[in-house]
Amino acid sequence: MFYREAGDFNTSYAEDQQTFPIKFDRYRYYVVLFIAIVVVPFTVNDYWVNSIFMPFLIYTIAAIGLNILVGYCGQVSLGTGGFMAVGAYACYKLMTAMPEVSMFIHVLLAGVITAAVGVLFGLPSLRIKGFYLAVATLAAQFFLVWLFNRFPWFYNYSASGQINAPERDTFGIIITGPSTEAWAAYAFCLVFTIFSAYVARNLTRGSVGRKWMAIRDMDIAAEIIGVNPLRAKLTAFAVSSFFIGISGALFFAIYLGAVEVGEAFGIQKSFLVLFMIIIGGLGSIFGSFAGAAFLVLLPVALKVVGVDLLGWPTDIVAHLQLVIVGLLIIVFLIAEPHGIAQLWRVAKDKLRLWPFPH
Amino acid sequence: MPEQLAYTIEVFLNGLMAGVLYALVALGFVLIYKASGIFNYAQGVMALFAAMTLVGIQNGQVPFAHLINAIFGTDVHKFGWSVHSFVAIALTVVVMIGLAWAVQRFVFRHLVGQEAIILFMATIGLAYLLEGVADLMWGSELKALDVCAAEGVCLPQGLNSWIDETTFETFGYGFFIDNLDIVASIVAAILVVGLVMFAQYTKQGRAMRAVADDHQAALSVGVSLNFIWILVWSLAGFVALVAGIMWGAKSGVQFSLSLIALKALPVLMLGGFTSIPGAIVGGLIIGVGEKLFEFLIGAPFLGGATENWFAYMLALLFLVFRPQGLFGERIIERV
Repeated sequence: MFYREAGDFNTSYAEDQQTFPIKFDRYRYYVVLFIAIVVVPFTVNDYWVNSIFMPFLIYTIAAIGLNILVGYCGQVSLGTGGFMAVGAYACYKLMTAMPEVSMFIHVLLAGVITAAVGVLFGLPSLRIKGFYLAVATLAAQFFLVWLFNRFPWFYNYSASGQINAPERDTFGIIITGPSTEAWAAYAFCLVFTIFSAYVARNLTRGSVGRKWMAIRDMDIAAEIIGVNPLRAKLTAFAVSSFFIGISGALFFAIYLGAVEVGEAFGIQKSFLVLFMIIIGGLGSIFGSFAGAAFLVLLPVALKVVGVDLLGWPTDIVAHLQLVIVGLLIIVFLIAEPHGIAQLWRVAKDKLRLWPFPH
Repeated sequence: MPEQLAYTIEVFLNGLMAGVLYALVALGFVLIYKASGIFNYAQGVMALFAAMTLVGIQNGQVPFAHLINAIFGTDVHKFGWSVHSFVAIALTVVVMIGLAWAVQRFVFRHLVGQEAIILFMATIGLAYLLEGVADLMWGSELKALDVCAAEGVCLPQGLNSWIDETTFETFGYGFFIDNLDIVASIVAAILVVGLVMFAQYTKQGRAMRAVADDHQAALSVGVSLNFIWILVWSLAGFVALVAGIMWGAKSGVQFSLSLIALKALPVLMLGGFTSIPGAIVGGLIIGVGEKLFEFLIGAPFLGGATENWFAYMLALLFLVFRPQGLFGERIIERV
């Protein structure tokens, strides 16, 4: 009744090519944007921003980035943590080297630097495929973490070996450091999330995205019909690392404020983001959002239920959380290998026919 | 003999020993990958799980004691007996076979025909699940593992004084070689020979190779895929147990034990995912390579701890020239 293309006549190319061709989708999108931009910043408190909204927004960016590489281009990567670390350290060096420049520029530049590093580590993908490549990206993960740990230049020779975000502002509003207000940090992350989702969505609809998907589906066949695998794979690595770098920069500068590289950007982070896109749905921007939301909310929900309601010791809840995450991943893969995004697609197909399915 | 050369040889020998341990873990990967095309990330956690189960049974711990206590408010910890090592090992093998059956029955039977990446993800899920279950069952604290045949006859620890003295007398420099590493090498050698004999000369072994070669052809001559897969997972569980005992005896049983899987991955890349000799040779190359690199270049010039990534870089460089690894099957691609 509400959800159908029928009767929705496009009279211009712009209308025909818009991001959400179905009216219902479009309005839903506007409503979500409205809530995210207008309602949330004025109603949230510190707890909600720090434990739910910020990790959700930041992980979403990382998930979108990884989804481009794994879901759209088919190059499995386990180096996400390392690339996030590149973003974080690039942002830190820029922040301390050029204090007067706006944070927007720093975060974007951190993304660009990560993209360059990503291309470098993406080069072997031209020779190595499948699992061999997945393991090869672990080289990036371990090497980068080691690099940031061992060379004091990266953390400005600080005694602790940590990097701490100094107080910086953008347009006169403080967004890093301890005196940041919750809404400002939220809004800053939100801008980047919307930007990433918008860019990613439109890239994947265009010729670049189609080339990625051709490479994913069958690289030799794609090569034969004229897709340049070198360019397709390296652009995927570049774009993916760009987003992951942004998310790493935000993760460090806005969310944590102080970072110890092995702890914040270890191999666990790579797996976490990978789970997000698997559970959310490979090759889907919506899936990146859904997966990030799911895996950010799950530990919070488990902690609320386990520790606060049932009063179990925290270590048991932590172990149970491992069991539940593991079980959920397996159950998801068995029941719906294409993730939450697929459930949403099925729901939309049902909606199309509702209320008269026959 | 110049001192530097003596050091280098010692590092080389220690690298060989470490390589044997890496190979031991890589072996489990290869077994499963060959027979079912599943890249089993959970192999490391299986080693942890096996080692924890072994220690738990030996010490007569009550499984899930912590959880039971939290739910029912009781205070149970131990049965109050301790089990002989060999009995405990046998019981652990039974547990690992049960695990193999459960994994096959509840996870991978439902995922037949899925893409390789999905299967890989499932094993990562399995790794989380197993780690959580192991922690819940036996507790996550560091445990000492010691396997004893009888009172006082245990896995040896510490340096081998015989080698130390002999080399000191002949070269003027005593080599430091861990007793445990020597035992591990011998056990690994026996294990590999045993596995190869099993694969070559027994009915089940032949069936296993048939399945590895071609699923459908194996099915059509009456090999039960289900049985073979359970068998393979059990074997991998057994290899994991051996690896768990060796690593556990070396550095205690704790979470970091499961990270040896990450050490085994470059070994696999180097040796090829489908080759048992590849796992051994790859393990030795990686073990020697990373120890020598750390000793000659890493520690003096790069600030040390290069062991974390060197193996990956070595494997990566190697793969650029030979994408299927040393002994892997040639990759033939068709549209």
